Amino acid sequence: MTDKTLYDKLWQTHLVREESDGTALIYIDRQLLHEVTSPQAFAGLRDAGRKPRRPGANLAVADHNVPTTDRSGEIADPVARLQVDTLTENCREFGITEYGMSDSRQGIVHVVGPEQGATLPGMTVVCGDSHTATHGALGALAYGIGTSEVEHVLVTQCLVAKKMRNMRITIDGVPGSGVSAKDLILAVVGMLGTSGGTGYAIEFAGSGTRALSVEGRMTLCNMAIEAGARVGLVAVDDITLSYLEGRTYAPKGAEWEQAVDGWRQLVSDPAARFDAEFHLDASGLRPQVTWGTSPEMVVSVDGVVPDPTTLDDPIRQQDWIRALEYMGLVAGTPIVEIVLDKVFIGACTNGRIEDLRAAAEVVRGRSVAAGISQALVVPGSGLVKAQAEAEGLDVIFRKAGFEWREPGCSMCLAMNADRLQPQERCAATSNRNFEGRQGYGGRTHLVSPAMAAAAAIQGHFADPQAL
Amino acid sequence: MEPFGKYCSGVIPLDRTNVDTDAIIPKQFLKSVERSGFGDNLFDAWRYLDQGEPGQDCSARPVAPGFVLNQKRYRDARILLARDNFGCGSSREHAVWALRDYGIRTVIAPSFADIFFNNCFKNGLLPVSLPVADIDRLFDLAQGDDGLNLEVDLERQTLTTGEGRVYRFELDEFKQHCLIEGLDDIALTLRYESDILAYEESRRAQMPWLFEDIT
Repeated sequence: MTDKTLYDKLWQTHLVREESDGTALIYIDRQLLHEVTSPQAFAGLRDAGRKPRRPGANLAVADHNVPTTDRSGEIADPVARLQVDTLTENCREFGITEYGMSDSRQGIVHVVGPEQGATLPGMTVVCGDSHTATHGALGALAYGIGTSEVEHVLVTQCLVAKKMRNMRITIDGVPGSGVSAKDLILAVVGMLGTSGGTGYAIEFAGSGTRALSVEGRMTLCNMAIEAGARVGLVAVDDITLSYLEGRTYAPKGAEWEQAVDGWRQLVSDPAARFDAEFHLDASGLRPQVTWGTSPEMVVSVDGVVPDPTTLDDPIRQQDWIRALEYMGLVAGTPIVEIVLDKVFIGACTNGRIEDLRAAAEVVRGRSVAAGISQALVVPGSGLVKAQAEAEGLDVIFRKAGFEWREPGCSMCLAMNADRLQPQERCAATSNRNFEGRQGYGGRTHLVSPAMAAAAAIQGHFADPQAL
Repeated sequence: MEPFGKYCSGVIPLDRTNVDTDAIIPKQFLKSVERSGFGDNLFDAWRYLDQGEPGQDCSARPVAPGFVLNQKRYRDARILLARDNFGCGSSREHAVWALRDYGIRTVIAPSFADIFFNNCFKNGLLPVSLPVADIDRLFDLAQGDDGLNLEVDLERQTLTTGEGRVYRFELDEFKQHCLIEGLDDIALTLRYESDILAYEESRRAQMPWLFEDIT
């Protein structure tokens, strides 16, 4: 038997059939649904008179549109309200479990899935959302799909797919304090570029990856798509198992023991072949900050805004010039001199308890700078929120001048009321800095929770360690 | 899905790399529960000078005169030409729906993001990858005084210019077949019901926890 990668193993165990040209039908164990990319899929079912094959294989939660302020009334925006209500109606009609807005388990779909043990090692997991790669941190083959594919999975519990190529990114070395999983993945995206991972399943390996908690690994896998890869993966180890044990939908008793035996095999074999390999030395890495309108436009906090005229490629040069213009930045400006208007801590990238702890650590006993008009902390789920409150983190944030909100996607993509005004500049722990992502004309800098906290305190970027 | 037939059209040169799905269709239009009606908001933030909102009458909005879609010469064109990594970012199929609703049936670029690429085939949109040198040449022609007209022939996998220059493109045979015939993926998969059932039974026996219902 030849040695296999983790991805090879996950692919092979889910093959229902495979054609001679490599087109395959693969089985999907779990589908997560949210309100934005599912209504047309349910409508398709209804139009064709079809039913979900396994309603219980799905879990739905509204996250993109939900308000993060008081939820005692209905959603003010009638268009958003219709979409959220439509999810509830569809779930009721088709027998799918939904965590509603008043449910303590509600939150961002990629925080909720692992938290409930609804996504497990060895599963195939899909969702109509590109950040589904997050669940790969548990050794699951997880990726984002379009709405037509959501419908396809509802009806058939399968997807038509071709095998991806294997890439391994080995992160070695212990990062300095103040450097987190977010900094690692921003550096990876900077190294690969936004399309460097296209067509690949990326496995994150190495001592730097192993040392991360499951939460940190989720941050890593979450942004694989920002390097173009639909799939991010981390092999199963003791850290994975202790994260999962006892969670609602994790197996129990004898089944747990049996599952663990199988999950321990979910690692790449020693001589497995990868189509591409990259290395990152974490030990010398500094906190990262994006300066442009693509996640690959990233530098260290002690760097400067780069100069497009140093580039040889005219197309890339034009991209950089346009990005600087949109961002209202001048080449050569030190990153620590960039002054912020708003700060957003949350999202499926960094809305978990560990992220809130890291930010609170920096904020403790300090105050949000006068120039910051709004600093938001949006927990990734109701359970994260409750945990943070039990630890008193909400008090630390509130005392400093942060707003402590209800869970949801919030200002990551500004589909609800949380958004930037034109030209407003934000330090955000989310995953995309595209033009208009956080609001029309808004300017986004992607950073870690510690960096976002430091920026809120100082009013400009600063090394969190220096505080 | 409408079958994809041979057609001729002008080419719109969108000279940008990493065109993301947020740019193709901004988030505020994703609140719709419909599968169509996105065409007027295709590239909304680049195409109009004001901030777009769902349900607006777009004919009354101020347009950005420099943006390609607003240039008279490209008004009836139904082929989009772009640079590397077209369709990156979010999985929103709304991006494909917006292009389709506008009338675009073919997008030509050196490379596409995976999810966008997949979504195209579910909606009768053809993504064509060509080498960078060919893309450069097509940009020169499309931006030139005479513009560029191409004949798209999916059956032969060719793009042909008015002067008879032929660009051949590669495409997965299965995907090509589905596009040409306008086939419904779900109906195709349902033919393999017995395979799916057999798979489920064997997995359930080995790993029952995979089949525990979410309740």
